[in-house]
Amino acid sequence: MNKMFFYDVYTVYWRDWIVFTRTYKKFLLSRMVTPLLYILAFGIGLGRNISVDGGSYLSFIIPGMIAMNSMNISFNSVASPLNMSRLYYHTLETYIISPISTWAFVLGKVFSGILRGVISTGIIWVIAYALGVKVYVGGWFIPVLILNCGVFSALGVAAAMAMPTHEDMGNFSTYVLVPMSFLCGTFFKADGFPPFIKYFLNLLPLTPASSALRALAQHQLLHWSWIAIMGIYLALFLYASYYLIAKKREE
Amino acid sequence: MLKIQNLCKNFGTRVAVDNLILEIRTGEIFGLLGPNGAGKTTLVRMLTLLAKVTSGTAIIDGHDILTDADSVKELIGVVPQNLNLDYDLTGWENLQLQARMHHITDHKECDGRIADILAFVELTDRAQDICRTYSGGMKRRLMIGMALVHKPKILFLDEPTVGLDPQVRRKMWDLIRSMNANGMTVLLTTHYIEEAEQLCDRVGIMELGKLIALETPSGLLEKVGKFVVEWMKNENSNSRVFATREEAMAFAAELEENATIRAANLEDVFIELTGRKVNE
Repeated sequence: MNKMFFYDVYTVYWRDWIVFTRTYKKFLLSRMVTPLLYILAFGIGLGRNISVDGGSYLSFIIPGMIAMNSMNISFNSVASPLNMSRLYYHTLETYIISPISTWAFVLGKVFSGILRGVISTGIIWVIAYALGVKVYVGGWFIPVLILNCGVFSALGVAAAMAMPTHEDMGNFSTYVLVPMSFLCGTFFKADGFPPFIKYFLNLLPLTPASSALRALAQHQLLHWSWIAIMGIYLALFLYASYYLIAKKREE
Repeated sequence: MLKIQNLCKNFGTRVAVDNLILEIRTGEIFGLLGPNGAGKTTLVRMLTLLAKVTSGTAIIDGHDILTDADSVKELIGVVPQNLNLDYDLTGWENLQLQARMHHITDHKECDGRIADILAFVELTDRAQDICRTYSGGMKRRLMIGMALVHKPKILFLDEPTVGLDPQVRRKMWDLIRSMNANGMTVLLTTHYIEEAEQLCDRVGIMELGKLIALETPSGLLEKVGKFVVEWMKNENSNSRVFATREEAMAFAAELEENATIRAANLEDVFIELTGRKVNE
């Protein structure tokens, strides 16, 4: 490993941090809207008289919301700007011709996505707390959350490098993230689906994340298979990101 | 400084750069002149490690671009054709990002270099503004500044003045001249004839991926002729180049149409060599 590797990772992260410090008010406000609407519509409106496993529906969906929102924020805060940087602003080329290695670039971007994902979770936690739902975030909760953000930040880098147009980035979200948002145990348990669909949903990366975060928030046991699945996805997406950027360097 | 050895680039069956051999001397401003699609940008992209080489190689200050890319990255500065500024950062931050990318870790040294570069490209007073708000000329000057942060030995400028108004273009030329006066080797691509004439010590004319001429601007004129006769016939403009004014005048006298005689320029050289205009 290059002796400047960690410095390079921080350089990539530093650029995104500078931009974040300039736009954080807009970022925080815009990130409050979707979870607040979901919580109001599904948690309080629709779910007022629903009980899940003996608890309130609101307590049930908050961890799912955290998994979903951290997925969306981590993915979109990396994918969209990077895709624009590659296709329209040509700023990606400045990294490619610099001594920064491909792995350092990928990790810098992933850490940047993780930061935003974790901050968006903090926002949901505050909203939930204001509504009387106290989500336990001790133990493995934060590490699992960071892992989930890492998985989808890495997917964001890979998608940004693979999608040929910015419109295709939107399509990628529509076909990949939106179905996961609703089907991967965020708003309801997948138990009611036929076994083969349930089996398939359990293999998607958001399902173990929402299951793990919900279990941890409710002081239940963490299944290590969840972590293993997320870990495999993280490794796959990191490698895909590395491969696609290295390929871009070789065009 | 730069030795290009049988460099080729193919895109499928299309040959973009065809077995190019060229040597650029230390301290010169070398211009690659040619129409769009001649292969100038592809050549620069290969030399700056932005495009994969199909065959051949290039040696920059003793370092092979294929086997010693890390050293080459430290030797070259690149100002690409497309604006590549980070519009979410200020001018200062763009330069700081470049400094970080090139491992200039000492804060004092980094700040000193950035201040010097901002003064050089005359952007000191706009350093703390988001560069989205810069004019076209300011953006181009900042791009040059970004390419200079790590003190490269050779600077590649791909169409550095494209889209700029004449006044700003001349300011950019002054900037390029002063970098060269400080010892930097410059390779620039252009399809502006005047730019090549004004700036370059030597000019290479490219067409269809090949280098079809290589000389000083005055040398090229010597080869092709110094005087041009222009006349209109059947609503088509015609021209012919002559070695001496006397020959040109004799030819013009024989024409039935009105003709003008003027000094030849690199555009005429280009037409003589390729049969078409540079910007066609």
